[in-house]
Amino acid sequence: MTEPVLKVENLTIEFWVDGVWYPAAIDMNFEVKAGQVLAIVGESGSGKSTTALGLMSLLASNARTSGNVRVKGVEMIGANTSTLRRTRGKEVAYIFQEPMTALNPVYTVGFQIVETLRNHFDMGPQEARVRAIELLTMVDIPDPEKSFNKYPHQLSGGQRQRAMIAQALACDPGLLVADEPTTALDVTVQAEILDLMRGLRTKLNSAIVLITHDMGVVADIADEILVMKDGLTVEHGSADQIFNRPAHPYTQELLAAVPKLGHSPRRSLPSGSESNPAPVLKLSNVTIEYPKRGRIPAFVAVKDFDLEIYPGEIVGLVGESGSGKTTVGRAAIGLLPIKSGSIEIVGTDISHATQKDLFAIRRHTGIVFQDPASSLNPRLPIGESIGEPIYLARLAKGADLAHKVEDLLDQVELPRSYRNRYPHELSGGQRQRVGIARALALTPDLLIADEPTSALDVSVQARFLELLQELQEKLKFACLFISHDLAVVDILSHRIAVMQDGRLVEIGDRDQILQHPKDPYTQRLLAAVPVPDPAEQRLRREARLAAKS
Amino acid sequence: MMRKRKNAESATLDSSEGAIANKETEGLSQSQIVFGRFLRHRGAMISIMVLSFLILTVFSALDKKIGPLKIPGWWKYNTIDQPDLRFEGCPEGIVGCPTLHAVPGFLGGKNFGIGEHPFGQDDIGRDYFALVMQGAQRSILVMVVIGLVAGFIGTVIGALSGFYRGWIDAILMRFTDFIITIPVIIIGSVIGFHFGNLGVLFLALYLGLFTWTGLSRLVRGEFLTLREREFVDAARVAGASNRRIIFKHILPNAVGVIIVSVTLMMSGAILLETALSYLGFGVVAPDVSLGLLISQYQDSFTTRPWLFWYPGILIIIIALCVNFIGDGLRDAFDPRQRRQMTKKVKKQSVTLLNKGAKNV
Repeated sequence: MTEPVLKVENLTIEFWVDGVWYPAAIDMNFEVKAGQVLAIVGESGSGKSTTALGLMSLLASNARTSGNVRVKGVEMIGANTSTLRRTRGKEVAYIFQEPMTALNPVYTVGFQIVETLRNHFDMGPQEARVRAIELLTMVDIPDPEKSFNKYPHQLSGGQRQRAMIAQALACDPGLLVADEPTTALDVTVQAEILDLMRGLRTKLNSAIVLITHDMGVVADIADEILVMKDGLTVEHGSADQIFNRPAHPYTQELLAAVPKLGHSPRRSLPSGSESNPAPVLKLSNVTIEYPKRGRIPAFVAVKDFDLEIYPGEIVGLVGESGSGKTTVGRAAIGLLPIKSGSIEIVGTDISHATQKDLFAIRRHTGIVFQDPASSLNPRLPIGESIGEPIYLARLAKGADLAHKVEDLLDQVELPRSYRNRYPHELSGGQRQRVGIARALALTPDLLIADEPTSALDVSVQARFLELLQELQEKLKFACLFISHDLAVVDILSHRIAVMQDGRLVEIGDRDQILQHPKDPYTQRLLAAVPVPDPAEQRLRREARLAAKS
Repeated sequence: MMRKRKNAESATLDSSEGAIANKETEGLSQSQIVFGRFLRHRGAMISIMVLSFLILTVFSALDKKIGPLKIPGWWKYNTIDQPDLRFEGCPEGIVGCPTLHAVPGFLGGKNFGIGEHPFGQDDIGRDYFALVMQGAQRSILVMVVIGLVAGFIGTVIGALSGFYRGWIDAILMRFTDFIITIPVIIIGSVIGFHFGNLGVLFLALYLGLFTWTGLSRLVRGEFLTLREREFVDAARVAGASNRRIIFKHILPNAVGVIIVSVTLMMSGAILLETALSYLGFGVVAPDVSLGLLISQYQDSFTTRPWLFWYPGILIIIIALCVNFIGDGLRDAFDPRQRRQMTKKVKKQSVTLLNKGAKNV
């Protein structure tokens, strides 16, 4: 029996907030052996990131820790700074969620790797450089010699994450802590990074602690799984055990909430759509360009885009980041000017509309934004936010308006009393419901939903999608649902459009796109989506790798 | 003792949280929350008390004429009265020393008393307390007027250029740059030289026309970030006009920055007026201001330092109070502000852990 690389006993982490100690992680016990991957899963606020930071004593000053964390037999809790400095980077390395913020933008990638190396080893600059390039080669960064001298902003998201992994691996750490390493990445890039991590595990025989909320990622890579909820360990077992025989109801719930590709029932189009009605939204040959600013040249975000949405149907628009899907959504309600082509909403051409013309079509459209924290005015009570479209359309005032707002809150299943609350008092899911209520305030014909669930936890997301479906069936609005998550789009939409680099790659019925994709890009996209089932995921992975080679 | 206080504190905390929960249906508006937080800010509350006490004292001390109405002040002298110079109790060869004494009896002093001329007398026997009161009135007036004028101009210019960007921004910001390049003290001198005799109000108005630049840049920056937030788009989709977006949606979110900046500007304004008067370009005799008093009696510093002290102390008190209030307001406006943790608390064993563990 080998000695575990990481051994955590009775780890408890508390935060001091407004005079009270709030526990964030309670009585954690686990160990990780070399070459093993432990995944800590849980929803936001469950304390998984806190635990990860606690392993390295990187917590904020208002935290306190008790218990034992031993890395290769060295106690980390209460260790003095020189011990910590020696251990960090050398024995334990950390991969952060957001490589753009975790890498220092004023230094080159190479410099940052060399810095780590020279902090821990007696090494000359030349020697360190050679080793750094070696590391960059190992993580498959294209042209490592050149990338060595590049700044973080000159690399793509996936390359940045690779560079950070290279930095983390610089000293051959025995333990790698990866905090949501793929959350900020597109699915295809995510698949590559996961392949990389899997390869490294076998090559370097490191222990890996993976923090994630994505069950698909867990299924792809984890040997052991620890499920957390509200700071407590809910369940701990092997991947096979957790996925196939979850014992705790919370784990079962969590797994059930994960949307699965190709498992949702077929949704029939609302009746009455056979009679070929006029489309609610019609984009023909739309090109959208971000004009040049100073020395930055103009950027064509969307090119020759065609899309029609008919009354009562939900069209899913999928694509990776930077493919222009959000741009399409914003242009469709007149938030962005278009360069050429035409956009029609409910028969009105808004391609070159003035502010005043747009005012008229505002009554027929609504939009739900991606980030519920940013899309509600923090200084307005939510009742006022919801009522604003009604008030501005001069449909109601005073008590009448208050009544309508209460109706809307009922519709999205929020208590009426919430109308006087402020956005910061609500959870993410509740805020997003407020977003929907506001979008539906004028009972629009067209709803644009721009990644409304990407900031939500799976269980909240599941409830949110259900709610959206119910509302859509009741109110029969047409909906353009923008998402990067194919599984979510699968649940909701009647038709799916796939975008890549500003162009429409493929559009068709949901089943046709998901079962028999024609375009190679769509096929790649589908293959990269991780499935929350270890056995099936292994098959998919092998198929994908076979297709690649 | 310590623990008792802590318990009391946590009890008030609990009850206030409970109160918030109970008021659910009624709801607390943002301004109520901000106001509540402001009330809990100790430094700001003390400053407000000190400052309002000071303002009341200062403005009611002297006789005042408003039109035909004559309001008598509570202080027996006016700035124009010239009682006889006092010799008794003063050191050798010095006249008009302050009669204020506060050394308690058991230390051999005469307890607290203000005497005939608490702040002493100037060269020609005028009561220095009356002069300082008059000067403080002027300084506070200058502070408020500059704050209002510069605050208004800075906010409007910053908001317009931040919101509209493009050529409006370019023009307004180049204009701002232009104003920034002219040293305020020189502008002030020129203004003081030409308009100083028009009275302190005009001086303040003109100074306000040149001190808004820092604020406008801050507000512009704030608007530039806020206008990209999604709630602005949401408002636009809801059909809000530009004016509504600026005033209803963006401005309240920028109000923290504005208030903090304006209060800092106000304490700066007091110092600016002082500096100008000291140079002889601000308030002109026979009118009195704190800066002017300091400037007039700078020679007397070695022999009669009180002529220097009292206006100086007053300037410091006013500026400090305004700064503290600004601090308190900023903390109140920022919902993310949390109370700082002390070392003592870190060791404290009171915890929610056991309770929390049982609950879940």
